[in-house]
Amino acid sequence: MGILTWTYIIVGLTFALYIGIAIWSKARSTSDFYVAGKHVSPLANGMATGADWMSAASFISMAGLISFIGRDGSVYLMGWTGGYVLLALLLAPYLRKFGKFTVPDFVGERYYSQLARQVAVVCAIFVSFTYVAGQMRGVGIVFSRFLNVDINMGVLVGMFIVFFYAVLGGMKGITYTQVAQYCVLIFAYLVPAIFISILMTGNPIPQLGFGSTLSAEPGTYLLDKLDGLNTALGFAAYTDGTKSMVDVFFITAALMVGTAGLPHVIVRFFTVPKVADARKSAGFALLFIAILYTTAPAVAAFARTNMIHTVSNKVYAEVPPWFKNWEKTGLIKFEDKNGDGIINYVKDKNANELKIDRDIMVLANPEIANLPNWVVGLVAAGGLAAALSTAAGLLLVISTSVAHDLLKKAVMPDITEKQELLYARISAAAAVCVAGYFGINPPGFVAQVVAFAFGLAASSFFPAIILGIFDKRMNKEGAITGMLVGITFTAAYIIYFKFINPGANTPDHWWFGISPEGIGTLGMLLNAGVATVVSKMTAEPPEEIQHMIEDIRVPRGAGAPVEH
Amino acid sequence: MSNEKMKEYWSKNLRYLAILLTVWFVVSYGFSILLVNALDTIRFAGFKLGFWFAQQGSMYVFVALIFIYVSWMNKLDREYDVHED
Repeated sequence: MGILTWTYIIVGLTFALYIGIAIWSKARSTSDFYVAGKHVSPLANGMATGADWMSAASFISMAGLISFIGRDGSVYLMGWTGGYVLLALLLAPYLRKFGKFTVPDFVGERYYSQLARQVAVVCAIFVSFTYVAGQMRGVGIVFSRFLNVDINMGVLVGMFIVFFYAVLGGMKGITYTQVAQYCVLIFAYLVPAIFISILMTGNPIPQLGFGSTLSAEPGTYLLDKLDGLNTALGFAAYTDGTKSMVDVFFITAALMVGTAGLPHVIVRFFTVPKVADARKSAGFALLFIAILYTTAPAVAAFARTNMIHTVSNKVYAEVPPWFKNWEKTGLIKFEDKNGDGIINYVKDKNANELKIDRDIMVLANPEIANLPNWVVGLVAAGGLAAALSTAAGLLLVISTSVAHDLLKKAVMPDITEKQELLYARISAAAAVCVAGYFGINPPGFVAQVVAFAFGLAASSFFPAIILGIFDKRMNKEGAITGMLVGITFTAAYIIYFKFINPGANTPDHWWFGISPEGIGTLGMLLNAGVATVVSKMTAEPPEEIQHMIEDIRVPRGAGAPVEH
Repeated sequence: MSNEKMKEYWSKNLRYLAILLTVWFVVSYGFSILLVNALDTIRFAGFKLGFWFAQQGSMYVFVALIFIYVSWMNKLDREYDVHED
């Protein structure tokens, strides 16, 4: 069977599975809709969190990105995994004990303030929308590349699927589809990685093949070979960095803290039955994520070595068929500047004749390694699973924020649970449409705003929640001023360098050499500092709040009964 | 649980956090960023050691840290009789 037939079959089967799960797991109450009735096992929640977290960017773009920037790519690897340690140790168990539905719920009640809740709601909605636009676009791109359909058509199909299980099943539907999506995406990622590892090093485990010798050149280690290839073409050695140490430090920290502060990730830990389960499922989540994240840098190194070998300094007329196939999509571009018919791939921009989109490293991997056609279909299904699962998690945060935090808790406190559930469904449906709109008409600044999502999560939620748990003296004055200062500072820095004066976005102009991607770390420190100072100068929080904090610090029972 | 006991439980919890987060910091920010060039002079199979920590080792340590935390806290919860079942 051809590649296209296989792709249709595999993608069709996975979509049927997602719809089946949606029908089976219909939400019957707001608790079902917001937190899956708190009945999710830690293992299932770990998988769901993995799928929730790993987006189209992790699945399709990350390995390619690393293969072009070498060691500097570790900011993403560590930044997007190290945050789970903070989440497991500092947030998840306490928020689960608190036991409400959303992050703004916690911020609002802990700081006994509607204003604090509303600041948190606005941040949650903003962060989630920034993120979800890219996901719907990702769905469209996978469709157009693998199934030869129009990108917009792909977005519409994606909207239909997400609509079905997010609106019908809420968190319950999303959780169980995410479990299925995790299985699909990890299988789809590992199969080509294992094949290529065997092909290049003879070792079936990519993480070990990464540090092994090459089958083609016994005695030469893969990474030494790659360093040599890179430097010969004028690039920095693969295992060396080019970013400054201070910037790497700050970006890693901003990504870690931002990860721990993203509302769609935090809310997953509200869905398990017990505090002990919240801790355990954070462990499972990171384990499942690390399976992909430790494979990605290996794939990156294999793919780059392979790519340089296959195309660099080769006669254009003799390149393998995959090269021509992907040329049609515009992801590979060859321009014979000196007219010698040979592909010159070098660092020097004037002499370089080859342009390669980083996504190719994952998308074309099965073809480069000559894998069977069904593997290509599998990669398409994996990319879709990654994009759809993340989109659904984000849409749920948006609909919950609107129905629960805005309507029920502020505008219309008298609505019944049934009405609230209806409003949650309506806002989920509306959010799907808005996300679809952004997927079809992507705002030009999507790439730039990713720094925003992490920067804002890092400089707003993270300190407010941490201080709310670990500093009993922290009051509403401190927390609100802190959040506002943190957000304003971070947003201003990013907006200045990304939108107002992009020409100045170079290390010479950055404060202390910190790029806009890393500035969230400084915003977070500023938030925490201001909050602490302000809280010391204002009245301490009411007694019942202090009891509540004592209560969330222990899994069962506390010094005094708490009313909430 | 008495107030004294509760304080004791919390301070033990904080001590665990301090230990685990120190390891977290040393492995990621220490080995993989601040000391990466020094560690790169050491070979570990086909890897330079600093590079290995940055792209592999740190993530293995992160996973291990959470599971160690889970087991320490489960024990602590039982010791202070605040476990949930």
